[in-house]
Amino acid sequence: MKYVLFILFLLLNTAILFVLGSRTVLPLPLGKFLSVQEGVWQNAEPANIDFNANIKLQGIQGKADVYFDERLVPHIFAEQENDAYFIQGFIHAKFRLWQMEFQTHAAAGRISEIVGDKAINFDKTQRRIGMVFAAENALAEMEKDPVSKSAIDAYTAGINSYIDRLHSSQLPIEYKLLGYEPEHWTNLKTALFTKQMTNNLAGYDRDFEFTNALKVLGEENFKILYSDLPDSLYPVIPKGTVYAAQNEPLTPPATADSLYYKRKDTIHLAEEFKPNPSNGSNNWVLAGSKTKSGKPILCNDPHLGLTLPSIWFEMQIHTPEYNSYGVSFPGIPGIVIGFNDSVAFGFTNAGRDVKDYYQIQFKDDSKKEYWFSNQWKKSNQRVELIKVKNKTTVLDTVAYTIFGPVVYDKSFKTDLSKDQAYALRWVAHDSSNILKMWLLLNRAKNYNDYLEAIGYFNVPGQNMIFASKSGDIALWQQANFPLRWKDQGLFVMPGTDSSYMWKGYIPHDQNPHSVNPVQGYLSSANQRPADSTYPYFIPGSYEVYRAITINRKLEAMFNATAEDMMSLQNNNYNVFAEEARPFLLQYVDRTQLTAKELDYLNSVASWNLSNDPLEKAPVCFNAWWDSLEVNVYHDELNMGSIPVIKPERFILLEAIEKNTAFKFIDNINTPELETLSMQVTSAWKKASAHLNTLEQDDKLTWGKYKNTTVYHLLKTNAMAFARTGLMNGGGVGIVNATQHDHGPSWRMIVELTTPTQAFGVYPGGQSGNPGSFYYDNFIDTWTAGKYYPLWVMNVNDFSDKRVKWKIHFSNN
Amino acid sequence: MKFFVSIIVTAILAFSMGYVLPWWSIAVTGFISGVFFMQSKLLSFLSAFIAVALFWGIMALFISNANNHILAHRISLLIIKKDNPYLLILLTSLIGGVTTGVSALTGRSLVLMIKKV
Repeated sequence: MKYVLFILFLLLNTAILFVLGSRTVLPLPLGKFLSVQEGVWQNAEPANIDFNANIKLQGIQGKADVYFDERLVPHIFAEQENDAYFIQGFIHAKFRLWQMEFQTHAAAGRISEIVGDKAINFDKTQRRIGMVFAAENALAEMEKDPVSKSAIDAYTAGINSYIDRLHSSQLPIEYKLLGYEPEHWTNLKTALFTKQMTNNLAGYDRDFEFTNALKVLGEENFKILYSDLPDSLYPVIPKGTVYAAQNEPLTPPATADSLYYKRKDTIHLAEEFKPNPSNGSNNWVLAGSKTKSGKPILCNDPHLGLTLPSIWFEMQIHTPEYNSYGVSFPGIPGIVIGFNDSVAFGFTNAGRDVKDYYQIQFKDDSKKEYWFSNQWKKSNQRVELIKVKNKTTVLDTVAYTIFGPVVYDKSFKTDLSKDQAYALRWVAHDSSNILKMWLLLNRAKNYNDYLEAIGYFNVPGQNMIFASKSGDIALWQQANFPLRWKDQGLFVMPGTDSSYMWKGYIPHDQNPHSVNPVQGYLSSANQRPADSTYPYFIPGSYEVYRAITINRKLEAMFNATAEDMMSLQNNNYNVFAEEARPFLLQYVDRTQLTAKELDYLNSVASWNLSNDPLEKAPVCFNAWWDSLEVNVYHDELNMGSIPVIKPERFILLEAIEKNTAFKFIDNINTPELETLSMQVTSAWKKASAHLNTLEQDDKLTWGKYKNTTVYHLLKTNAMAFARTGLMNGGGVGIVNATQHDHGPSWRMIVELTTPTQAFGVYPGGQSGNPGSFYYDNFIDTWTAGKYYPLWVMNVNDFSDKRVKWKIHFSNN
Repeated sequence: MKFFVSIIVTAILAFSMGYVLPWWSIAVTGFISGVFFMQSKLLSFLSAFIAVALFWGIMALFISNANNHILAHRISLLIIKKDNPYLLILLTSLIGGVTTGVSALTGRSLVLMIKKV
């Protein structure tokens, strides 16, 4: 009996330890996870936490202190520049380690290691578009340059010195949740981070969808529906700017008509994990002539996926050589958007197409040879090892051609209609040292320094805005943009013929730019950079309407102040609706509408055109327009049966402004001729049915409908770490570009007075720890459209009352 | 008296071992407690259970209070789908208590088994 009892208890005991210590029975090892000394309780940061510390680290060379203000913004004061990057690495890791590793794992296609086989397709996609290849090429170039190499080396060493000191009880919560531990940081991870941003900003492309649209529409109709030149274009570079002619304009290959435009089949390939085409931004700068202070004001709000922890980390870096303040990316050294004692700088996305697909003809399934220039050419094969949590490693062989990696082939995307393979030519694969741009911008003193700095940048194409205290303002759309013959790269190109390859890049000095224009301001909002007089073929994914609001406002603005800028960044005015609403209201046939439909219609008719959170009209208007577009296009585009993309909104609007009998309005699948009035009315009836459902769910106001949400990076797997239901306005095509989970990820206003007056806010908090007060404490300020003054600390401020904590670094 | 002493000693032992060892050190603690304190099986279990249930529960409560329950709100929502910090603290306390209590039973029954032989 005693034996039995002992054995029973022993078994029970073992079972308890097994269940609570492993993930086999429960999804979490609850014993380990809830242990007060080891588990998640250790991540509960006391509200009155004391960050003061003296930290001894091998690698620190000079005097180095970090002062934290009450918002947990670190102000690094280092006598040696490399110490500044070392400490920046340490601080990034201290507050954002999990995010830094997760994002670079994502870049490298290593998410399956963490979450298991559900991420295999994502990982394969990342490997196959050549993310690691691209990062390796970039790193080689960065490490050739002694300045950038020593900065990255110091940054990496700083991160690793934090990781090495990290006790397992202090691991960020996500490691405890997912059950793994951080590995050492490497310089390659920094390069991977830049490539992840590149993919987000210059990775959206529509080659397959356009190829299909061309096939079903024919060339003439394609040109009508997919033009990127709206009548209402306010280009980045002011109209009237005179461009030098292109030296030697390129001509299409002789075979283009048969091999390029007249493709025999559509491509049944639905690409996954496409970057969000809304990844964009606003920036503008006013010259002193337009401001109250007489000094330039520079503003920037980058629109990215809104996440917790935030993509941004605010900080100041002070060294004997420079003093810069702004937001940094946890993952790379330096300040990315910000200002120093002499200049300010910011970015918006260019949206230009720098990514083309070529159809590859392999000799056989081994993918070792492909047909190119009348012979079989050998491919390089890269075997990708994709480790999978709790499963065997997946091997994936990627063939590299003269264009780049073959992303889609028989072994990936089996739904291809034939044995087709597509190779990717992408500027992101070129070697470059883009980090050097930031290292130089951080210390730039004037326009020439800025110009030198941006010369290092090749991708992702950006509208780089600049202002100096000496009064200069400038904006360059900068990067390596391929030289193209007209229409080159809109569609999938033949990969068998060298004449379809890119022939170099547009010379940097011919990239669209403007310096100190007469109008006294410059701005960009992801619109087409130049009007049709720009001599190069520049396809891209461009926005139209934000730029209109911004230009209207800036044109009319005099004696501008920082408050005016705040109000503009938070402007909810809907220019698209202003132009489109009169047509909808004129052509809807009210006699066919029910009382309810008329009621909704009245809310559109009486709307003040502002996408404010408590308005119903933005929901009604959007539903109406979307429904109208489907009515108009679904038949011609064969939507639903092949991968295609709807034309941009301005296409239909500007077409009906010119001709209400726009040929696509008729539904080609019915014998009768549909008119604009019939389509508008039917669209409204469909939209109203949807609105009725929304109203029953109490989701008819714009704020509730949009439900602005800042997701944790683990998305719907960690809703407890997200912030949902933020009531704010804005939307697509609106200066306040806040969508459901996307929008102004940092709002900054810098007035280049002495001392500099700057304001900023981002929807997150400095700490990446969901157990910290500083995890999401900026969100309500951001939602309310308010700002924090940015405190540029100087050497006389060490005992200022705004300093809340201090970490002193030394090497002994 | 022995019962209270065993509770206090077990709690202190769990705390000290937890400083250097992983979470399962509470099982080792329970086992030692069961072997060392000659109590009935019920009292062995209860003293070890109470010791670590109190230790984990009170420590979690203190940590959570100092944190304004920010973390406990989020974690309770995440793992028990209820936004209730006190439920999470209670769960923590029970897990610590049961693990230690059963380990004490194992230790106690080992001693009883060897004694008989």
